[in-house]
Amino acid sequence: MSTAPAVEDLLRELAPQVLGALVRRYGHFDACEDAVQEALLAATVQWPDQGLPQNPRGWLITVASRRVTDQLRSDQARRRREDVTAALAPRDESEASDRDDTLTLLFLCCHPALSPASQLALTLRAVGGLTSAQIANAFLVPEATMAQRISRAKQRIKATGIPFEMPPEPERADRLRVVLHVLYLVFNEGYTATSGPHLHRTELTGEAIRLTRVVHQLLPEDGEVTGLLALMLLTDARRPARTRTDGSLVPLEEQDRSSWDREAIREGVALITSSLEHAPIGPYQLQAAIAAVHDEATTAADTDWREILGLYDLLERLAPNPMVTLNRAVAVAMVRGPNAALELLDTLDSDDRLADHYRLAAVRAHLLEKAGDRDAALSGYQEAARRTTSIPERRYLESRAARLRDSQER
Amino acid sequence: MKYILLIYQNPATWETFSEEERNRVMVDVDEIMQELTQSGEWVGGEGLADPSNTKTVRVRDGVPAVTDGPFVESKEQLAGYCIVECETPERATEIAARWPDARYWAMEVRPIMEPGGEEM
Repeated sequence: MSTAPAVEDLLRELAPQVLGALVRRYGHFDACEDAVQEALLAATVQWPDQGLPQNPRGWLITVASRRVTDQLRSDQARRRREDVTAALAPRDESEASDRDDTLTLLFLCCHPALSPASQLALTLRAVGGLTSAQIANAFLVPEATMAQRISRAKQRIKATGIPFEMPPEPERADRLRVVLHVLYLVFNEGYTATSGPHLHRTELTGEAIRLTRVVHQLLPEDGEVTGLLALMLLTDARRPARTRTDGSLVPLEEQDRSSWDREAIREGVALITSSLEHAPIGPYQLQAAIAAVHDEATTAADTDWREILGLYDLLERLAPNPMVTLNRAVAVAMVRGPNAALELLDTLDSDDRLADHYRLAAVRAHLLEKAGDRDAALSGYQEAARRTTSIPERRYLESRAARLRDSQER
Repeated sequence: MKYILLIYQNPATWETFSEEERNRVMVDVDEIMQELTQSGEWVGGEGLADPSNTKTVRVRDGVPAVTDGPFVESKEQLAGYCIVECETPERATEIAARWPDARYWAMEVRPIMEPGGEEM
């Protein structure tokens, strides 16, 4: 799509508001969602040519409303049910023009009745305003596959009668956690993408940050929302340094810190600092705090590993998970030496969630190398390289193994 | 996570199947493909021509040599593949178990490498 960036940004921002207004007026989330996509498409064709309408939001609502009423009329004619007017009578006349339904929409798209893959796809389309083709492109699947996930999600919403309203107060915290997790997954999908033919995937990090920013504006007091936004900014700040031009991965300690995004770091640090002062602590905030300690170190050697270890201790207590323990082991190695960390890893061997994971083998190999046990480190890297399903990770692990093998032969 | 499901068949056994047996296999394949398409897990797939149509290409000292027949000599040969994207490895093997060829020969389930990677 070659729409001017300003128009595209505006459309993406208005998309959830327009959809919210329509669903409030007509119900029928599935028909409204299709209508909004058509209206967005019409706008991307007409606006750059004819100029912005005076009231872009109103324009989109009018165009989408026309489509949705046409659709509902033809559905009704087909079914030959009662008088059309009953179903088409606006439901909620009280709809305030500045009401922001984005949050309600996010809760709907991230409803636990939908599969994780559907939650992601529907969120990016209905809230993010992306087309099925763009989402398919970013997730490296055919457009038909992505379109099917979206339509299945919409069918499920219809079949289960999930209402378009904020979840009741007692459920809200749990439901918000699902929303944040979906945004985190979108971010991660884009962040792990490396350069080369898959560059469009990195747009997902920008989209995840944009949507999390919207949630943060709507729920500024929520510490975990702030924490997630900070975590994304502080992680994404390192993106220019984490891959070489050939797509290979650069480990944190070897990254060129001068290419980190200072502005993103400044914003992320400010967010996490204020949230740690004002809000109850949570896992995203702790992960953001850890990322902040890394980002604030001028050199890898300057990293305050004691601080990081303390934060991992807290995180492990708050949200115990073998992956957290594995990351904590890296901090233990930096503070107390590789042997203490290796002992900690032994406790993870019996954990089914992690025992066969490449990352356990990779971290162990790294610690064994530090401890001077080259033979064991070499076979650890080789084992990790066999287990990973990521091309750049395998390249990285193979080159670590090769480095050890060459130095042994000398 | 994407998985490729490699479909193995013994062409000699396939030739001995009755019309009814062959139709049964086709119907089962159609059914599972439709189900996977509807669930949004289907990414793609193709069936392959009989192994007798295979050419194997080797380049030695810069010289290509083309021979007739498959690379691996075996009674069972690759007959097709499909690519699915699913939430768990268990789901991928569950799909493979539903494929009719698994009843007669075997399905091989292998994860597909991803282009992205985590920071180390």
